[in-house]
Amino acid sequence: MDPVANLTLFVLAIFLGVELITKVPPTLHTPLMSGSNAISGITIVGALVAAGSEGSTLVSVLGFIAVVLATINVIGGFMVTNRMLAMFKRK
Amino acid sequence: MHVSQNWIDIAYLIAACLFVLGIKGLTKPKTAVRGNMLAAAGMGVAAVVTLLNERIVTYEVIIAGVVVGGLIGAIMAKKVQMTSMPQMIALLNGFGGGASFAVASAEFFSTSSSHDAVSMIAIGAAVLIGAVTLTGSLVAFAKLQELISGQPMGFPGMKLLNAILFIGSIVGIGYLVANPGSEMVLWALVAAAMLLGLFLVLPIGGADMPVVIALLNSYSGVAAAAAGFIMGNSALIITGSLVGASGLILTSIMCKAMNRSLTNVLFGVMAEAG
Repeated sequence: MDPVANLTLFVLAIFLGVELITKVPPTLHTPLMSGSNAISGITIVGALVAAGSEGSTLVSVLGFIAVVLATINVIGGFMVTNRMLAMFKRK
Repeated sequence: MHVSQNWIDIAYLIAACLFVLGIKGLTKPKTAVRGNMLAAAGMGVAAVVTLLNERIVTYEVIIAGVVVGGLIGAIMAKKVQMTSMPQMIALLNGFGGGASFAVASAEFFSTSSSHDAVSMIAIGAAVLIGAVTLTGSLVAFAKLQELISGQPMGFPGMKLLNAILFIGSIVGIGYLVANPGSEMVLWALVAAAMLLGLFLVLPIGGADMPVVIALLNSYSGVAAAAAGFIMGNSALIITGSLVGASGLILTSIMCKAMNRSLTNVLFGVMAEAG
């Protein structure tokens, strides 16, 4: 994709991100942080491409590390957020 | 299997919408659980459709990585005590930053990806921010887990050293743009960024750690967005910058709730205030 289109996406998404969060009750600070931490695991997309692409052993090793770390971030992140929110419900 | 790039990008757009709805949902008590589910569904869509990427030629490494990472992540999430949640998030966030850092390094050494100026700036940014997130989050984890003292730690000239490390990193990225093959400079950048992450979080006391974790979470989003510029991947760019921006706003909201100044957190001078 051409760099200017990418830059456009980047800038617009930043504005969207700023507008998205307005009032958050303090009890939801930690779950929201945890949930958006899980979403930042989107880097798994880059990790999958890096791990599956043709390259030297070094590239494969780095790709493997990237997939492992990103998967821990994604799976752990969403599960932990879910556990936290389940606790709130019982109250 | 060949799938047109357009269909892949449309799936990424759907994933991005799910993330927006997910984050929005997580800001209200009534919709929080559904928000988390929507975001997880978005991640599923993005990950599965990525497997159709034309650059992927082998699946062994991917499968091994997903199995290992999935098991570790699930076990960690099940075992962790509710009282240990902040350090758990710090650790997971560090892994996310580390993943972006590893992706950027893999792209640097890959011969199948382009190394033009835009890619090299993005690789440099992802390495710098990713490595800072990794070591910074590990320090935050260690402090909250009481593996190291929760007291602010520092030494005279630490701020000057941080400034030198940061400026040095920017100069290093500039050098890499001009000389894309310079491995020595990349390693120097890695070392400087890791030290910077360490020194930025060490001077901050344990009580202020939640704010720091929120900020590092924002950084890991930016690192993912940078990885998106390397690969020309819309999902990474949109979602990374979304998390980067919303994470910064959340950090500022948390600062206000705790009577802290955001600039003080950003520049790591909380130790003097508290």
